[in-house]
Formats: sequence, structure tokens, C-alpha cells
Amino acid sequence: MVTENRKTTHIGLFILLLICLLPISVSAQGSDPTDDEVNAVAKQLYCPVCENIPLDACGTQACEQWRGIIRDKLSEGWTEDQIKDYFVAQYGDRVLAEPPREGFNWIVYLVPLFIFMGGGVLFYLGFQQWKASGQNRNERRPEKKTPKSVKPSDQDIKRVEEELRKRSKG
Amino acid sequence: MKKILLWSGLGLLLLILTIGLIRSQKGQVGVGEVAPDFELISFAGESYQLSEFRGKVVVLNFWASWCESCKPEAEDLEAAYQYYLSRGDVIFVGVDYVDTEPEALMYLEEFGITYPNGPDLRTKISQAYRVGGVPETFIIDQDGFIAHVQIGPFTSLDEILIRIDPLLD
Repeated sequence: MVTENRKTTHIGLFILLLICLLPISVSAQGSDPTDDEVNAVAKQLYCPVCENIPLDACGTQACEQWRGIIRDKLSEGWTEDQIKDYFVAQYGDRVLAEPPREGFNWIVYLVPLFIFMGGGVLFYLGFQQWKASGQNRNERRPEKKTPKSVKPSDQDIKRVEEELRKRSKG
Repeated sequence: MKKILLWSGLGLLLLILTIGLIRSQKGQVGVGEVAPDFELISFAGESYQLSEFRGKVVVLNFWASWCESCKPEAEDLEAAYQYYLSRGDVIFVGVDYVDTEPEALMYLEEFGITYPNGPDLRTKISQAYRVGGVPETFIIDQDGFIAHVQIGPFTSLDEILIRIDPLLD
């Protein structure tokens, strides 16, 4: 009787163990990725046909197909980097939000830097020039002559008086 | 010295921008130009090199499974391929432009296309031909020069034959 109970318990435990292992084996095979998981990868890639539209925001049939590819690859257990590498191999670097830092692509990163540095140099040179011309102006500026009050001569007073007299007559 | 450096930098920047602008404004590879050489690995895994087809007329068609306007010409292209097949001096090659393989294979099956087709990996071929969209077809003569550029689909089998026949002896 006791042996039979123990046997039943063992079978029960074994079934319980199988039930517990079932979800693990299912998830190990790769469950369907959610839309959020697909879009997390898709937003790092750009539609190779329509310009400047990330794959997660693109509504064309082609983009739907590419999102389908991302979903398939995720369910096969691919990492984000592997999927991105696959897209680059298929459609070129232009699918990446950021071009890889190699070869001619360096221009994309260096040109803004050069423009910024050039602007800085221009600003510095302009500022130096402005400062130098300001100093020169100060050096060359003549002394201010304060106007001195001048007393009218008797002749001038006479001329003014005569003028006034003429006007009062007229 | 500083000014020379500054002007050189600005000149270089302008040159880069000008080259970029000219390149973006350029249209497709035109009639009379040398057809850029390329290697295509077909969906079946076979390799095709354009330069190996020297002495033959090559019909190079760019298409995609998501391209609605490619569909009307698909059967006509296959019919043209079948028409010239026994001669052996007209080669048809399909380049699948930014597409997904399962859909591309379904497309080929749907329209019964049997001539070699393969993906345009890294869009190298379409960039070399400066393809602006699909469908576009380049007919290349026996000497490797572009003889005709078809922007948009062919509307009938005759339209395809009219472009190829004058190139044949």
C-alpha cells in the first residue's frame, strides 16, 4: 500500500516536472517577438527605398516586408547587431541611421567638425582684428579741443548793433 | 598662412558639395555609355559576370516584388526570353532591387520567370547604373555599350522585341 502511494507520488512529481519544463522548451525554440521588440530594431534602420524614413515609421509594402524579416530573425534568436549586419549586407550602409566610421563615410563626421573649427577660427580672427583696430583708433585719436569762449570785439558789437537797428527800422 | 589654410578648407568643402550635387543630379547610365560591369549571384547561387557576355545582347531588368508597375512587364520579359532562347545570343538577367528573398521568389514563381535573377546585394549594381526606381531595363549591345534605357515598364512583348531585334545580325 505504502509502495503504491510512493509510486503514485513519483509519477505525479514527474508529470509536474514535465509541465514545468514545457514553457521553458517552448520559449527556447523562440516565441513570437512583440511589435515593440520588432520596432526597437526597425527604428535603428532606414527604409532603403523611401528617403529618410525609419523602418518603424514607414507604411509601404516594402517596409512591411522588411519588418517581417526582422520579426523572423528575432524569433530565430538573432541579436540586434546580427540583424543590422544582415540588412547592411543586403541593402548597403544607407539603411543605417549612422553610417559606419570607415573610408569615405568619415566625411560625414569630419565636415561638420571642420565647419565648426573653421567658424571658430574665423570668429577668433575677426575678434582679433576688431580688437586691433579698436586699439589703433584709440592711439590715433587726437586730443579733444574744448571750445574756448571768445569775447566779441568792439567792432563785432558795433556791427551787430547796426544790424539790429536796420531791422527795427525795416 | 592661416588665411591660406582657411580658404583651402572652404574650397575643399565646396568641391565635395559640388561633386555630391553633380552625382545626385546625374540620371541613369545613358545610351552610348559603357555598361558598368557587375557580378550577380542568382537566387540559385550561380554567379554571372556582365563582361562574360561580351558578344551577346544583354537585357538587364531591375525589379522588386513590392513594385506594382513591375508586374505587367514580368510575363512579357519571360516571353521575350523564351523567344530568343534558342538563338543563344540574347541574355536576360533580372536584378532584384532592395527586396526580401521570400517575396522575390514568390514573385518569380507567380510570373513563371525562368531566366537568371538575383538580389542586388548592397545595391551595388543599381548604384553603378544610377537606377532611380523600378522597373528600369538596360539593353546592352554586343560590345558592352548601352543601346536602350527603358524607364518604367514595357507595355507589350513587341515593345521589347523592337528594341532587341535591330541589335542582332
